[in-house]
Amino acid sequence: MWDIIKLLLNTTVFAATLRMATPLMFTAIGGIYSERSGVVNIGLEGMMLIGAFAAVAVSYFTGSAWLGFLGAILAGALMGFIHGVASIKYRANQVVSGTAINIFAGGLTVYLQRLIFNMAGVSPAVPRINDVTIPLISKIPWIGPIIGKQNPLVYLALLTVVISHIVIFKTVWGLRLRSVGEHPRAADSVGINVYKTRYVAVTISGALAGAGGAYLSIAHLSRFVEGMTAGRGFIALAAVIFGKWNPLGALGASLFFGYADALQMRLQEIGIPTQLVQMLPYILTMIALAGFIGRAVAPKASGEPYVKEG
Amino acid sequence: MAIVLEMKGITKQFPGVLANDNISLDVREGEIHALVGENGSGKSTLMSILYGLYQADKGEIYVRGKKVDISEPRVAINLKIGMVFQHFMLVEPLTVAENIVLGSELKRGPFLDYDQAVKEVERLSASYGLKIDPHAKIEDLSVGLHQRVEILKALYRGAEILILDEPTAVLTPQEVDDLMEVMRSLRENGTSIIFITHKIREVLAISDRVTVLRRGKKIGTKDTADTNAQDLAEMMVGREVLLRVEKTPAQPKEEVLQVNDLVVKDSRGSIRVNGASLSVRRGEILGIAGVEGNGQTELVEAIAGLMRPQSGQIMLSGKDITNWSPLRIKKAGLGYVPEDRHKRGLVLDYSIADNLILGLHADEPFCGVMGFHSRKAIMDNASKLVEKYDVRPPYPQQRAGALSGGNQQKVVVAREFNQDPELLICSQPTRGVDIGAIEFIHQQVVAQRDRGAAVLLVSAELDEILSLSDRVAVMYNGRIVAVLDREEADEQKLGYLMLGGSLEDYKAGGGNSHVG
Repeated sequence: MWDIIKLLLNTTVFAATLRMATPLMFTAIGGIYSERSGVVNIGLEGMMLIGAFAAVAVSYFTGSAWLGFLGAILAGALMGFIHGVASIKYRANQVVSGTAINIFAGGLTVYLQRLIFNMAGVSPAVPRINDVTIPLISKIPWIGPIIGKQNPLVYLALLTVVISHIVIFKTVWGLRLRSVGEHPRAADSVGINVYKTRYVAVTISGALAGAGGAYLSIAHLSRFVEGMTAGRGFIALAAVIFGKWNPLGALGASLFFGYADALQMRLQEIGIPTQLVQMLPYILTMIALAGFIGRAVAPKASGEPYVKEG
Repeated sequence: MAIVLEMKGITKQFPGVLANDNISLDVREGEIHALVGENGSGKSTLMSILYGLYQADKGEIYVRGKKVDISEPRVAINLKIGMVFQHFMLVEPLTVAENIVLGSELKRGPFLDYDQAVKEVERLSASYGLKIDPHAKIEDLSVGLHQRVEILKALYRGAEILILDEPTAVLTPQEVDDLMEVMRSLRENGTSIIFITHKIREVLAISDRVTVLRRGKKIGTKDTADTNAQDLAEMMVGREVLLRVEKTPAQPKEEVLQVNDLVVKDSRGSIRVNGASLSVRRGEILGIAGVEGNGQTELVEAIAGLMRPQSGQIMLSGKDITNWSPLRIKKAGLGYVPEDRHKRGLVLDYSIADNLILGLHADEPFCGVMGFHSRKAIMDNASKLVEKYDVRPPYPQQRAGALSGGNQQKVVVAREFNQDPELLICSQPTRGVDIGAIEFIHQQVVAQRDRGAAVLLVSAELDEILSLSDRVAVMYNGRIVAVLDREEADEQKLGYLMLGGSLEDYKAGGGNSHVG
């Protein structure tokens, strides 16, 4: 029993929590921008995967992991924009468009992987973004081992959360974003450009999902593995809902899923059946969604194309 | 007075409809100009053109003497034209202040200057006497306050010409009084108001001039002082209209509906009907007067089986129907015209024909062997009812959602009345319905009474209660506080009772003082 409690509060587990939560944070924040503007983004998973691949490809050709990260953001943004064109301009069903992006991303990355690297399954190792040690903080007991030495992208993800919270709730653009996702006609009637706002939001959404994917391929690992996102885009989507469409809430949800993920790895070590443990994050998600947070209130116009009158 | 706005020869064609046919309108500074007409007469189209939501095919608009081209709402806003829509344009989770400044925000760099926004709202609120809490979230406010926020929104944008699109349609009588106060105060401040309505009483109560539209054409503009209700109704409908319902004295027989000590809680667990008792007899119309939200909705829904009562008893034709299912109650002889025809009365995406068999869809002759519907029986039924109840346009295949409010209501009325119910409940039967259709529906209600139905009428319109009822019950705070014979009831007495006054106090002379 004592062993389990020690394990639950282990600094290594907490440090792993942050690492596992980072791709979820980026992607969930991306999902929030999109959903807040009224566009459902089921395609986060595919956008992450494309980001993961683009990061490796750019890193491979330029030799710079940071350029790889930038490449992932641009590739993700492009996918987001495409989702925007389908769902805003052509008013396609957003779930269908997002699903199409997921399937497309799976196929495209496998195809390019074989075309560029001529290898099945995994890419060769590429330059990765290395962990950094923060001088003073890393010396603090208990805290130091958790946040003192991490990947720069972990810190960047945390920064993204804070900045996004300010953008969404304190700026004029954020106010307009929320109004567009709740009541686009009202926003239109006071002269806000609904379509433009949605395009920007869904493009940011793709960019952040791309960043989340890049973390997996060039920070956590240093290569691309086919299908490496393994459903994290959907978990990020759950984190959006769990976090009630708030960046800080999504941070909490991402940490919660990250913790379950980290714990899962350690529990396997002490002999609890793997399959059972692997279910943990998902079971906790369902319990949380069903009971703890109560009724989740989505932006009202989420998923509805806006048709201008006249 | 100077003319601030002139619309000349406005024409707008929609597919199949000439919505505005060469309409001209002028509005003076500081006047309340009523724009009236039945549903579909082109009022809303004309105002949407003025606000830049639609473009006119032909015609010119002059604001303060200058010709303008209003291509979108932003242009209208810059010309100091404001519009309060019938369906409010408010973002529910945002605060009052945020909604008011939205789109024309006060900025500090990229940030919203929220404190300044709150101050600005407080300033406007004080100078026009529109009390509101700037920090309240829209979703927590009443409909009347929503409208107040909309008016403030227009004033914040500097509106000098304010369009109010059927502002009273959603308000309780008290809120209507408040709104009229606000309109007067705006007029004193020099604001010109275009007041869209189809309630003649309101036109006469507040407007300076009135313009009447009918089927896309302008019928005329008159000084309100030179006109009267009968005159306006004729201009709107194009023929003589009976504003008074013709009916013979009631010949009530045995009791059909009895409600004893009914208690109903809503989904949040608060008591809405608190021991209400009443009875309705065959051959009479019992009207329930009351300010909306005093339990009328829940009382009716409990009788119809849509809400489960906490305690009490409901008897229909001698049978205890308490806790029966809605279908079983319907079969036992209930006809029900619900207050919200969109939520409860119709499936908007179904055709008129299919809507006309809702609730009868499993019965002969519409449902044949093996559960298949008989198209022929459904269409025959529809053709017959569409003609009898004057649904326009008379195409049974037409989607119900495409009909005007009045014609949608006629579909509901046709379905429910045609089953010759023992008990007929009509809840707000003429809400959002134009004068011609009101007259028709009222005649049908009286015809049902004369056929031998017991009619329970619930209406927020005192005029409707007084012109149809044989007896009037007043509902306040979940109880029936008084039941009067029609001869004993007048507007003043009912108004007093509706606000919680007692009959004894009224008789003692309290009727002239204000209820505290």
